[in-house]
Amino acid sequence: MSGASMRGKSAIVGMATAGMGEAPGFSAMELLGQAAIAAVRDAGLKLQDIDGVFAATSSHAFPTMSVVEYLGLKPRFFDSTNVGGSSFELHLLQATLALEAGLCDAALVCYGSNQRTAGGKLVSMSEPQWHETPYGPRHPITAYALAASRHMAQYGTTREQLAEVALAARGWANLNPQAFARGPLTKEEVLSARMISDPLTRADCCLVTDGAAACVLVRADRAKDLSAKPVYFLGAGAANYHRSIVAMPDLTTTAAAESGPRALEMAKVGRDELDLVMLYDAFTINTILFLEDLGFCPKGEGGRFVEDGRIAPGGELAVNTNGGGLSCVHPGMYGLFLIAEAVAQIRGEAGERQIEGCELALCHGNGGTLSSQCTAILGSDATL
Amino acid sequence: MSAFGSREAGPQATYENYLAEGRFMIQRARSTGEYVFWPRVAAPSGATDLEWVEAGGGGTIYAITVNRSRSGSWNVALIDLDEGVRMMSTLPDVETATIGARVTARIETAPNGPRIVFDLVKEDAA
Repeated sequence: MSGASMRGKSAIVGMATAGMGEAPGFSAMELLGQAAIAAVRDAGLKLQDIDGVFAATSSHAFPTMSVVEYLGLKPRFFDSTNVGGSSFELHLLQATLALEAGLCDAALVCYGSNQRTAGGKLVSMSEPQWHETPYGPRHPITAYALAASRHMAQYGTTREQLAEVALAARGWANLNPQAFARGPLTKEEVLSARMISDPLTRADCCLVTDGAAACVLVRADRAKDLSAKPVYFLGAGAANYHRSIVAMPDLTTTAAAESGPRALEMAKVGRDELDLVMLYDAFTINTILFLEDLGFCPKGEGGRFVEDGRIAPGGELAVNTNGGGLSCVHPGMYGLFLIAEAVAQIRGEAGERQIEGCELALCHGNGGTLSSQCTAILGSDATL
Repeated sequence: MSAFGSREAGPQATYENYLAEGRFMIQRARSTGEYVFWPRVAAPSGATDLEWVEAGGGGTIYAITVNRSRSGSWNVALIDLDEGVRMMSTLPDVETATIGARVTARIETAPNGPRIVFDLVKEDAA
């Protein structure tokens, strides 16, 4: 069986978020539970119908156990694969495989975090790397700053170009009532923000918010009978070479250069057919790296590519239309929110920021320190 | 002698033991000649016939950042050793430095034990 045979085999039939931004007084599991219940309701199903559970969080050692207990589920299949923020793009693939194999009939993919109200800092269970510890890196930002420093030295990328990414994200966030960081933002404000890890300022960093998200997948033949407009799984691909930034072969090229083509091949989709590109923007450099690695521009050209508002509202390429991790939401592991935005756009429910005729979306998840790269392609029934 | 270290210890402990003796030792595979850092039980090629050799100490800055906080600033750099392997380190005597600059290793006694740090070689010193 080739990977291409998974094309169109499953569909997202329920999607919800909860506690976007700030949710004082709620635990991570309470937010996750709210999102899961809303997603199941969105699908027109009951919690008891869920027999496959896929979860990853930054606060649960055994996330599926905790989710199953909290929601009273009795799944036949479960998977807590944790590859950081990219976990959920991979969960779409795992869920599709499990559904297609008949190991489950209704799969719940879920995540929740209260890191903002719980302490205001990134929550991570990530263990220090012994060969890095003597030098005091403050991951994740140190790793991403090192990548940015190398990209600037090798390709002449500028801080102004990094700022363009932040400005585009804010432009989209200003069209999204659910986005946490809204309001005017100027290039001067981004450039003069407090330097945290050269060349990245506070404005080059994603938000620290609360938030939960969940989606429900079923086999495609059943999707048509449910209440929500199905958003079909068309393909996914993953690639991973390293854990520590020290072991990343080339800091200017991520494994997205392999995961992207794998996903597009499975989906039988050309890059130029995509209506929406959702890229995991933990830092401004991410967007530039992923635009290059996924083939939207040549290697080294990402900085110039994002100039003049090309990825901002009204630009040539619709990127991160929710406002991204930079301006919408980033509760620690952002990957499922990429999927939430793609589903909203393909359903035509994105309000003021709706892309006309959005049929085909790419969601690119990133985990660790530019480590795990997982790409998923979603489409409307017109793309089947 | 164990298969992977020169002492009865794993690669990490062996490296740290050498460092405590004032020696900067890295691994090399006898069969392929490839150098390995950080220390582990197999080279990326899969070779497991690893021996310990003295690092030359020369290197080039591959990437560098300065972590800034209210309690102070310190740079974190990735150094490409002349042997062809990369390590995280710092240049304690400068605020920052240029990518591509030549550096040389020394052992510094830090509060948490000895560590390898780097200095700019003269012609690149600011």
